[in-house]
Amino acid sequence: MPARNNTATLPGTAGGGSRLRWPFRRLLLKGAGDGQAESGLKRAHFKEWRLPFWLLAPQLFILLLFFFIPSIRALIQAFQLTDPFGATTQWVGFQNFERLFRSGVYWSSAQVTLIFTLAQNVLTLSVALLLAFASNHILRGRGAYRTVLLLPYAIAPAIAGIMLAFLFNPRVGPVAQMLQGLGLDWDPNRNSWHALALVVMAASWKHICYNYIFLVAALMSVPQSILESAYLDGAGPVQRFLRISLPMITPTLFFLIVINFVYGLFETFAIIDATTRGGPAGATSILVYKVYQDGFVTLDLGSSAAQSVVLMALALFLTFAQFRFVERRVNYSV
Amino acid sequence: MNERTPVIDAVCHLILLVGAALVCLPIYFVFVTGSLSQAEIMQVPMSWLPGDQFLANMQTVLSSANFGRLLLNSFIIASGITIGKLAVSVIAAFAVTYFRFPFRMTAFWLIFMSLMLPIEVRIVPTYESAANVALPLNILGSWLGIQALVGLDWNLVNTYSGLILPLIASATATFLFRQFFLTIPDELCEAARIDGATPWQFFRLILLPLSRSNIVALAIILFLMGWNQYLWPLLLTTEPAMANAVIGLKKLMPQSDSLPTWHLLMNAAFLTMLPPTLVILVLQRWFVKGLVDSGK
Repeated sequence: MPARNNTATLPGTAGGGSRLRWPFRRLLLKGAGDGQAESGLKRAHFKEWRLPFWLLAPQLFILLLFFFIPSIRALIQAFQLTDPFGATTQWVGFQNFERLFRSGVYWSSAQVTLIFTLAQNVLTLSVALLLAFASNHILRGRGAYRTVLLLPYAIAPAIAGIMLAFLFNPRVGPVAQMLQGLGLDWDPNRNSWHALALVVMAASWKHICYNYIFLVAALMSVPQSILESAYLDGAGPVQRFLRISLPMITPTLFFLIVINFVYGLFETFAIIDATTRGGPAGATSILVYKVYQDGFVTLDLGSSAAQSVVLMALALFLTFAQFRFVERRVNYSV
Repeated sequence: MNERTPVIDAVCHLILLVGAALVCLPIYFVFVTGSLSQAEIMQVPMSWLPGDQFLANMQTVLSSANFGRLLLNSFIIASGITIGKLAVSVIAAFAVTYFRFPFRMTAFWLIFMSLMLPIEVRIVPTYESAANVALPLNILGSWLGIQALVGLDWNLVNTYSGLILPLIASATATFLFRQFFLTIPDELCEAARIDGATPWQFFRLILLPLSRSNIVALAIILFLMGWNQYLWPLLLTTEPAMANAVIGLKKLMPQSDSLPTWHLLMNAAFLTMLPPTLVILVLQRWFVKGLVDSGK
C-alpha cells in the first residue's frame, strides 16, 4: 500500500509538547529553531538554487507523472462519459454523480463499508487496548509477547485474508468444522453476514499489532509520578488504567481511530479481493472494491471516476481529521 | 511502587497468551496444511499435526506455479521501492530544509499534498499513466498540434519500473527525513561551512551518517510494504511471470469447481510470508522505532 502518514512522532506522548502539530499552520510555518525567517528552513542554510533544483527534480517528476496527473485526470473523468471502448468522450456535468447517488447498489456498498469499517475499528482497538494494558502491567516476558504480537505486521493483508478464509472454509477449515460441530450452519460463501464477519476478522487480525505498538508506547509515556500518587491514594491497576492512563492517551486513541478508518476504507482491498471478491451478492463489496470493479471489470469509467472523487473527498476529510484530533490534545497536559 | 497483584498478573498473562495464540494459530495452520498431501487435507477433521509432504509440496509450487520467479519478482519490487524511495526522498528533504531558493515552499507543498490521496482512490487514471507514461506529452501535442508528440507511447505494463515507480510517488519518507533534519543542531552545518565544506560534502559526510538509524528503520518498513503490495501488481501485470508472490497466491486459490488444492496454496503462502517475517524478527528493535516515528 502506498503508506499514508501522519506528521511526525508519536501523538499523545504526554509531555511531548513539540510533537505533532496542525500541519497547515504551525508545523509548516514554524521550524525547529526559533526566530526563523522562513518556515521549515534551517537557520544555518545554503543560498543556492541549482543544486536544490536537481535534488528535488526526481521526486517532483515522479509525483507529477504518477500523482498529480492521475489525480487531476480522475477529477476531469468524473465529469465525462466515455464509452467502454474509449472511442468517444463527452462532457456530462454532474450526471455521473447523479447516477451514482441514485444507484441502490452504491448506497448498499456504502452501507457495507460503514458496517465493515466500524466493526473493524471497534474490534481492532478494543483488542489492542486489552493487550496493551496487559503487557504494560506485567513485568516478565514483555519482550517475548511483543515479538509474537507484532508478527502480523509482516504478513500481507491478502495472506491474512487467505489464512482466515482457509480456517473458516466450510469444507476443509478446522475452525469452520468446530463451528459446525457447535451446531452453527457456518458458510461465508452463501451467508452475507458470515462473509462480512470473515473479512472483519481478517482485517483486524492484520491491524491489531499496529494499534498495539502505538498504545504500548503511549502508555509508557504516562508520567510515573501521577500513577504513583494514584497508587498511594489506593487505586488498583485497573482503576489507574481507566481513570488515569486512558484519559491521558486519548490523543493516541483518536489518532488510531482515524488511522483505522483509513485502513478499513482504503487498505483492505487485498483482503476482500483475495477472499470473498465482494460477494456473496455484494455483501462485502466495500467502496474501494467497487471503484476497482467498475473501473476494470465492468468498465463503467465515468462512474468509477465519480466514485474515485467521492473517495478522495473522504481521504482528504480523514487527513484533516487526523491532524485536527491530534492538534486538540484531548488530555489534561502536565 | 511495590504492588502485589497476583490475580491481575495472572489475568494479564492469560490475555497475552490468548492474543499470542490467536496470532500464531493461523500461521501454524498455514504450515501444517502446507505439509499435508491432497488426501490428508480432504479428511474431516483435518490433522492438527504437520505431515511429511512440505518439501514435496514446495517443489510442486516452485515448478508448476513458477513460484520461484514470483518470489524473485517480489524481492526485486520490494528492493526497488525501498532503495528508490529512500534515495529520492532523502535528497528532496535535504533540499527543502537546507537551502533557500525561489519557490521552496511551493515545492514543499507539492510534495506534502501527495500524502493526502492514497493510490486506491485514483487507480484508473494512475493505471492509464503507467500504461503510457508519454500520455501528458500526447495531450500537450494534440493541443499544440505537434504530431511527433501525439504518437509517443511508453508502456510500463508488465515491467519492473511500472511496478516500482508509481509506488515511489508518495512523500511519506520525504516528510520523515524533513522532520528529522529539523532536529539536527544548526551548529553542525555552521561548523561544516566554516571548514569550507560544500553542500554536497556536508550532506555526504555529516547528514547521511547522522540519518543512518532513520534510514534503516524506514528501509524495513518500506521493504515490508513493497513485498506485500497487492492492488498495483494486480492491475499492472497481465503476464503471469511478472506478478509478485502475493498475486501468485490469488491464482492458486482453489475455485469451487476444481480440486481444492489448499495444501499447495498454504505452502506457497508460507514461502511468501517467510522473508518479511524473518525481517521483522531479526530487526525488531529498528522496526518498532521506525513505525512509531513515521506513523506507518
